[in-house]
Amino acid sequence: MRRRGGLGERAVEIAIQVVALLSIAAILLILIFVGKEALPVLTSPEVHKDVTPFGMLAPIHRSGEALYMWQPVSDVPKYNIFPLVVGSIKVTIVALIFAVPLSVAAAIFVAEYAREGTREIVKPAIELLAGVPSVVVGFFALVTLASWVQAVFGTEHRLNALVAGLGLAFAICPIVFSVAEDALRAVPRSYREAALAMGSTRAQTVLRVVLPAAAPGIAAAVVLGFGRAIGETMIVVMASGNAALLDANLGRSARTITATIAQELGEVVVGSAHYDVLFALGAMLFTATFVVNFFGERVVDGMRRRLGAGS
Amino acid sequence: MRFVFRLALVSLFAALGLAGCARTEHAPAGDAGGAPESSMLTLKGSDTMVILGQRWAEAYMKANAGATIQVTGGGSGTGIAALINGTTDICESSRPMKDKERDDVQAKRGAPAVETKVALDALAVYVNASNPLTEIAIPALRGVYLGDTKSWKAVGGPDHAIVLYGRENNSGTYGYFKEHVLENKDFAAAVQTLAGTSAVVSAVKGDPFGIGYGGIAYLEGIRALKVKKDDASPAVTPSLQTAQDGSYPIARFLYFYTAGEPTGLGKRFIEWVKSAPGQGVIEQVGYYPLPKG
Repeated sequence: MRRRGGLGERAVEIAIQVVALLSIAAILLILIFVGKEALPVLTSPEVHKDVTPFGMLAPIHRSGEALYMWQPVSDVPKYNIFPLVVGSIKVTIVALIFAVPLSVAAAIFVAEYAREGTREIVKPAIELLAGVPSVVVGFFALVTLASWVQAVFGTEHRLNALVAGLGLAFAICPIVFSVAEDALRAVPRSYREAALAMGSTRAQTVLRVVLPAAAPGIAAAVVLGFGRAIGETMIVVMASGNAALLDANLGRSARTITATIAQELGEVVVGSAHYDVLFALGAMLFTATFVVNFFGERVVDGMRRRLGAGS
Repeated sequence: MRFVFRLALVSLFAALGLAGCARTEHAPAGDAGGAPESSMLTLKGSDTMVILGQRWAEAYMKANAGATIQVTGGGSGTGIAALINGTTDICESSRPMKDKERDDVQAKRGAPAVETKVALDALAVYVNASNPLTEIAIPALRGVYLGDTKSWKAVGGPDHAIVLYGRENNSGTYGYFKEHVLENKDFAAAVQTLAGTSAVVSAVKGDPFGIGYGGIAYLEGIRALKVKKDDASPAVTPSLQTAQDGSYPIARFLYFYTAGEPTGLGKRFIEWVKSAPGQGVIEQVGYYPLPKG
């Protein structure tokens, strides 16, 4: 190919390389920009008058109680990040608890049980859900889902972590489903044939042979779903109530890191302490997603290797 | 391979097209007061005022062909930040600017912030239509939003926990409420902060034990409590008269801010807003015109 291609071929190759490098460069530049804006939180004495990294972690003691508060607009601004971190984790876990079993079950059905005709309808239909704008999901959660949840569970707040998590689950289902389904279908046919030949039933084949073989791919699906859930903004802004409460109760309102950035970044004066803290939050979120993806990949690779060695 | 080449070409053109779009976007005048004969004006800020601003812009553009006025919300804080950063011509704000913000305008724009009062608003305290409570005193309201009062029973309502709704902290309504009701103390952590007054209204509408606050123009499917300045004062219904004569305790002005004295279209628009036709628009939206004289 290369020998025959000549000049045109080279040009295309270079063009594609440039495009690929551009996208990496864009990500790097974003990283640098976010880091640069967040850096004053660590280094600037000007910012330290309002907030220090230690102040973002330590509680405030008031009348014998240790309080973790996020109150950036105040005579004494309080930038404790724990309520936000806990808020993000709460809604993300709820989303994964609902979305993962549902999506993986759907993937098993579509990959292993559905006939070709059914599959051709169901798969695109589920994947189409990914195209529903998150503002629409958020609005549905805000108006309808919140009332149902309150009626069924009698939650203290109408808008709460559970509602936001359910909304998020809806948003991440298509991704988890799609990746999990691909993983299941990538399991070689010979595995299934061998299992069936040994006399196992369909269910045994799926649960004991195909599913374990596809485990790395399914784990990857969950990691992707996690990244999307923790980074999602619109749904949680609309459905979580955004009260920065530090508690584990899913029936109470929660404020996530992303919702905080979305609600407050528009207001701040560029270069103020509040502005820098919001970028520090962004950097934190970026790091968290990066770390999860990185270790997720390692785990997936490990599983893949173990399976490869075993087969 | 030819296909790939075509694909690359198409993407290249698409990129160029996007770049072209970016270039034609309107950049608001960066200088103090805007370009003298600019026929383009941007208003940004208070969510409370965004509909009002749009009605004003529509009416003004209808009467003055050639003028283009863009109105966006985001919150008073957002508008003020935009004025400081030079990305809007006029900032709409539902609270007066703080000294620090005035200093920032002076420092970054090289001109003082100029304030124009443009309308009056009575801040309403919303409850669900099914709530039997009819009035509340400011000190009691303060207790509720500071988180000291947790049950409706303590303020004369049903025996049930109060669910607090409020605005996000870039909102002028948030700032005004914090200053005039909470005496600048911090809101309780349990206050659910929602984006925009209409979100607060729909939350209170769906929550029999909710309480919220916001502009008087948004009363739909919910009820506004009568407000007492203190326990001994009479309860006052928010209305044009009580807002203008000052008897309603939490009425406020709505403002326009510019960096430096407005010039050109900005000046003409602000003068029109303060004139009879401009003030006439206010009541259609649900706020109150400025007291005469």
